[in-house]
Amino acid sequence: MLTPVLSRGWGDTDSFTLEGYRRHRGYEALARARAMDPDALIALVKESGLRGRGGAGFPTGMKWGFIPQGTEGQAAKPHYLVVNADESEPGTCKDTPLMMANPHVLVEGVVIACHAIRASHAFIYIRGEELHVLRRLQHAVQEAVDASLVGDLRIVVHAGSGAYICGEETALLDSLEGYRGQPRLRPPFPATHGLYASPTVVNNVESIASVPSIVLGGAAWFGSMGTEKSKGYTLYSLSGHVKRPGQYEAPLGITLRQLLDLSGGMRDGSELKFWTPGGSSTPILTAEHLDVPLDYEGVAGAGSMLGTKALQCFDQTTSVVRAVLRWTEFYAHESCGKCTPCREGTYWMVQILKRLEAGQGTEEDIATLLDTCDNIFGRSFCALGDGATSPIVSAVQHFRDEFLAGTHTPAWELFPYRASARWGGALAGAQA
Amino acid sequence: MAASGLDLERARAEAREIIARYPQPRSALLPMLHLVQSHEGYVSGEGIALCAEELGLTKAEVGAVATFYTMYRRRPAGTYHVGVCTNTLCAVLGGDEILERVSERLGITHGETTEDGTFSLEHLECNAACDYAPVVMVNWEFYDDQTPESAVDVVDRLAAGQPVAPTRGPRTQCTFKEASRVLAGFPDGRAVEGVQAGPATLAGFALAQSRGDAAPDYPVSEAGDGPQEQEQA
Ligand SMILES: Cc1cc2nc3c(=O)[nH]c(=O)nc-3n(C[C@H](O)[C@H](O)[C@H](O)COP(=O)(O)O)c2cc1C
Ligand code: SF4
Ligand code: FES
Repeated sequence: MLTPVLSRGWGDTDSFTLEGYRRHRGYEALARARAMDPDALIALVKESGLRGRGGAGFPTGMKWGFIPQGTEGQAAKPHYLVVNADESEPGTCKDTPLMMANPHVLVEGVVIACHAIRASHAFIYIRGEELHVLRRLQHAVQEAVDASLVGDLRIVVHAGSGAYICGEETALLDSLEGYRGQPRLRPPFPATHGLYASPTVVNNVESIASVPSIVLGGAAWFGSMGTEKSKGYTLYSLSGHVKRPGQYEAPLGITLRQLLDLSGGMRDGSELKFWTPGGSSTPILTAEHLDVPLDYEGVAGAGSMLGTKALQCFDQTTSVVRAVLRWTEFYAHESCGKCTPCREGTYWMVQILKRLEAGQGTEEDIATLLDTCDNIFGRSFCALGDGATSPIVSAVQHFRDEFLAGTHTPAWELFPYRASARWGGALAGAQA
Repeated sequence: MAASGLDLERARAEAREIIARYPQPRSALLPMLHLVQSHEGYVSGEGIALCAEELGLTKAEVGAVATFYTMYRRRPAGTYHVGVCTNTLCAVLGGDEILERVSERLGITHGETTEDGTFSLEHLECNAACDYAPVVMVNWEFYDDQTPESAVDVVDRLAAGQPVAPTRGPRTQCTFKEASRVLAGFPDGRAVEGVQAGPATLAGFALAQSRGDAAPDYPVSEAGDGPQEQEQA
């Protein structure tokens, strides 16, 4: 049921070292990939069905195939690989433990990917707010260089400086060029005009880290896990009012019910009230959706998105209005300010939600909230704006009564906040 | 406090080292601003001038970038910059209460620094450690699974000059300036310290082991590159 591949070696205390990784066949895939023609490597990744693990699920091999090859025009410019290690979507916590426990699998994936797209320079853009992960990456790159594993390739580990929007791939490129991180107009796309207006692949950490296993196992092996259109294994991150939060590596298409059954379920006395399938930008789901297959199509069919597979589980003690307000404050804070619907809209939605949390809202407020979401969704410059509407629209859809209660009773009276805490109220005693 | 921590000569040499890492110099700007913080504890006017000079930019251009990013500080951070995650998941699991208690203890609120310069405090957005909620960060080192009591204890021990170890990090807590140096791309040699992974990171791995679950074996290669070494359990 569980299929540890990336997490296979994490139990060893030296899992983050070259020696520790080699114990689990580390860098064997690289030797094999080097002997392959770059185009054959791209074809292999295409055939595997690997889809981007950064949220959107775009086929990785196809993305690599978009890089112009040859000696003319754009193709003649240097090619770049940029690994997106910004991991800042609320709830998302998979790349961080992966890079801390085994940065080498990412480094190996980087070297293989650069061979495929014919890049001689790679960047790992990691959010700055996780120092020990940065150390581990710096160390792994140095070890790989010292062991002559990276050849002529230059790998730069680049620490970001605090801005969720820099996870958006074009904003990330601007940031990496030393500017404010604001999204770019597309087209042109990064595949032809990315970093320094040169052909660039931007991939998520987990996407790139999955490549060595595909090279070793082959496309059929990878596709023996997962579902028809969502192939392979992936990291699911369980958090919230569950008994055993953490990283669970399983085939795509497993359900939250299965994951909860396996891992011990909700904490004692808890009942699942709502959850995100893939971070705060994916519409929330409820206990009705426990059997939705957690793959790209399954979650889309339930009206949400697989996103980053960040399964944040909240129990019956949680005020949904409080939760949604806090996420909205996040989007308002992180809005880069480039376009009006997002910049202004998120600000006003925070004001309205604050009233509703305090029990001082009106029914009109709820309508205004939804109208504002309408004005942001599809009208914003980048997907941050769309994401900001997800929790609100889905929460009103599933829990309208709670928003209505916000017209007369403060959320903290309906749901005393302390009861939600790890040490809170009735549940504290029940906790192991 | 010293008038200025900026050893211009040294900072300039380091800045040039950073610039040399990149195909285009301007890419060095963000790490250079971390470098400035490693000398000054914040992004000082002198530091902005140095970046501008080395990159051939105006001070206004550098300033516009510095103000965009939350990790760059306009005023000195404390030796220990304490962040409490209050994004939804951590807040609900108790992060709000932790922030309140730490704030009370230190006598400062979000964005402030104690008079003696030992602590600054901030509430944080999700720090990619939700499986360890509620999370507290000190100079961007992880303090997982906190309670109000444990968080107050961490700051008390730091205040008393006692050794404190992050839960997933090096053996002892570093200072804000030391952390900034690593962010600028100058390793401190401490990557090998601390655990490889915390308990939540290993939850699925351990469960798979106890259940005897595993991914399918890699097929034996037809290429004939010899017998494959067996995966160790
Ligand atoms: C606001 C915003 C934040 C994002 N943050 C991240 C992130 O932290 N990490 C990531 O890999 N992708 C993030 N993405 C998605 C990237 O734009 C991009 O799709 C992804 O890095 C592509 O990699 P993949 O194809 O391997 O998934 C974000 C997108 C948006 C709109
Ligand atoms: S949608 Fe928001 S984050 Fe995206 S460009 Fe517009 S203002 Fe910036
Ligand atoms: S919400 Fe606090 S670390 Fe994610």
